[in-house]
Amino acid sequence: MKRRFFLNFCFIGIAVIGIAVIGRAEVPSGDWILKQVDENIGSDNKIAVTQMIIHGRRGSRAIKSKSWIQGIDKSFTEYLAPPREQGTKMLKLGDQLWMYTPSTDRTIKISGHMLRQSVMGSDLSYEDMMEDPQLHKIYDAEVIAEETYLDRPCWILELTSSEIEVAYYTRKVWVDRERFVILREERYARGGKLLKTTEVKETVRIQNRWVPKKIVFKDVLKSGKGTEFLMESIEFNANIPSYIFSKAALRK
Amino acid sequence: MIIPKLALRNLLGAGLRTWLNVVVLSFSFVAIIWTQGLYKGMGDQAVHSMIDVEYGGGQYWHEKYDPYDPLSIQDAHGIVPAPLKKMIDNGQATPVLITQGVIYPSGRFQSVLLKGIDPSQTIISLPSGFLDFEGEELPALIGSRMAKSTGLKVGDTVTLRWRDAFGTFDAMDILIVQVMSTTVQSVDEGQLWIPLKKMQELTRMEDETTLIIVSKDAVNPPADVRGWEFKSLDVLLKNIRELVEVKTAGASIMYVILLLLAMLGIFDTQVLSIFRRRKEIGTLMAMGLTRARIIGLFTLEGAMHSVLAAIVAAVYGIPLLIYFAKEGWAMPQAIDSYGFAIGEKLFPTYSAGLVIGTTLLVLLVTTIVSFLPTRKIAKLKPTDALRGKLS
Repeated sequence: MKRRFFLNFCFIGIAVIGIAVIGRAEVPSGDWILKQVDENIGSDNKIAVTQMIIHGRRGSRAIKSKSWIQGIDKSFTEYLAPPREQGTKMLKLGDQLWMYTPSTDRTIKISGHMLRQSVMGSDLSYEDMMEDPQLHKIYDAEVIAEETYLDRPCWILELTSSEIEVAYYTRKVWVDRERFVILREERYARGGKLLKTTEVKETVRIQNRWVPKKIVFKDVLKSGKGTEFLMESIEFNANIPSYIFSKAALRK
Repeated sequence: MIIPKLALRNLLGAGLRTWLNVVVLSFSFVAIIWTQGLYKGMGDQAVHSMIDVEYGGGQYWHEKYDPYDPLSIQDAHGIVPAPLKKMIDNGQATPVLITQGVIYPSGRFQSVLLKGIDPSQTIISLPSGFLDFEGEELPALIGSRMAKSTGLKVGDTVTLRWRDAFGTFDAMDILIVQVMSTTVQSVDEGQLWIPLKKMQELTRMEDETTLIIVSKDAVNPPADVRGWEFKSLDVLLKNIRELVEVKTAGASIMYVILLLLAMLGIFDTQVLSIFRRRKEIGTLMAMGLTRARIIGLFTLEGAMHSVLAAIVAAVYGIPLLIYFAKEGWAMPQAIDSYGFAIGEKLFPTYSAGLVIGTTLLVLLVTTIVSFLPTRKIAKLKPTDALRGKLS
């Protein structure tokens, strides 16, 4: 009797552990998911044409730009519209940023705390735009829930900064379980207050990757509709001549 | 002694002509003293307010601190060095930590300078005691101008966002515990005062500060502290003093015009009296008076205008100036935007040096103007003068 009870106990125990292990195996680790996200969007070379629609109190304005991006360190952006911003160029090399404005015919270096200023009145700072997209390198991720968002099954990941010098201490991201694209993001202050949200409204498949096509950035502490970001076209692993990432290219 | 007596008799004998000149000249006297006193009062008032509320007896600045470069403020902080720590412990100085922040009143975005100060400090006359607040919220003190521009009032809460020493965002709701009324805009506009310890904790700048305000009574503050620069009151008040000098120079145009009018009157009077009194000059020469003494007589007559003007100016000017010094002059609200730390009323300051200096200046200018037409007398022949000729 005792032996039977012992065997039953062992069987139930093994079954419970087995179910737990199998169940656990179904949800990959947060770090693995984050790495997949970075791999999906990351590319050595990218050329993208985007439009930023800034909704202000006095109306909305759209800024169209073309960017050449190499890895995470080099990027070159030229503003195409509106006429007032046309010809303005930005060059990012590492953690340094230069800006050229045709009206003054001058190149200025945007460094230090100037990087924290808003880009052309939008809800994004230069720092946000220049941000290292490889989140898995600066955050520890943990899957905290699963949810359907925009009719897509998602993992909700809580990211906690693993480095000391990070703008947002914690983030919460909704990652598409099949496409490994972030559909929603919440950025929090160190004290836990929600600061900014990012919502992907539309995704497209380009060159075997899922790419956000329409994103809405919002500074939640501020009233207003936020800033819309539209990806008009993107080319991965594009051929970019090296002179693009030089200060001389700013004046061309 | 005969010359002064004669000069006074002639001057008074000229009647209305003399008194018109004297009255215009007296206006110049009063205008110069009043205007100079006004600007001196403005400067003194601003300097006193800024010393009381902001500068104390001087400040130690962190080597990276530049109040005119808001983008570098985030890096301008450091551990209080030992000699200054000793001063703080002895109650001879108080630290102030400064960083940039953003508040969101009514959903709007507004940049602010976040300043941390010890609530128990007595070095400057800032009502920091209100920050000694028992409650869960973070207390904040703002000035009336800041309250007006943000629409905040006592008891309101507003979200504050800042970056800590490592650039990480942090945010929390703060409670406005007091709206202070101060004449010093530089501690008011765009600024938010919170308790120092709490700010050091929130910004992860433990025991760090941006500047240290020294007490007015501090004796021999250490001159050389590594990484920190001592800014004396001469340096801190340089701008405001230069501004007062520029304003004073600008205002001098008015009384220069008045003085020119008075001098023109005296000059004309002198030319006319030499022309009309040719025979008298001839007679004086014939009686044995030298040309120099006659020139002296006429110059003295002219110069005496300023003496009479000083007396007349004293009669109506002293009560007027005393009234303004006591009651002050109500300032328009626009003066607040000029950058001067002046209250609702401006109290002019008249010094003995100002009164004596102005009197001597007017006397000198009048004497020179009176002398110039009399040079003709030196060329005059007694015979021609007696016949009424003026060569």
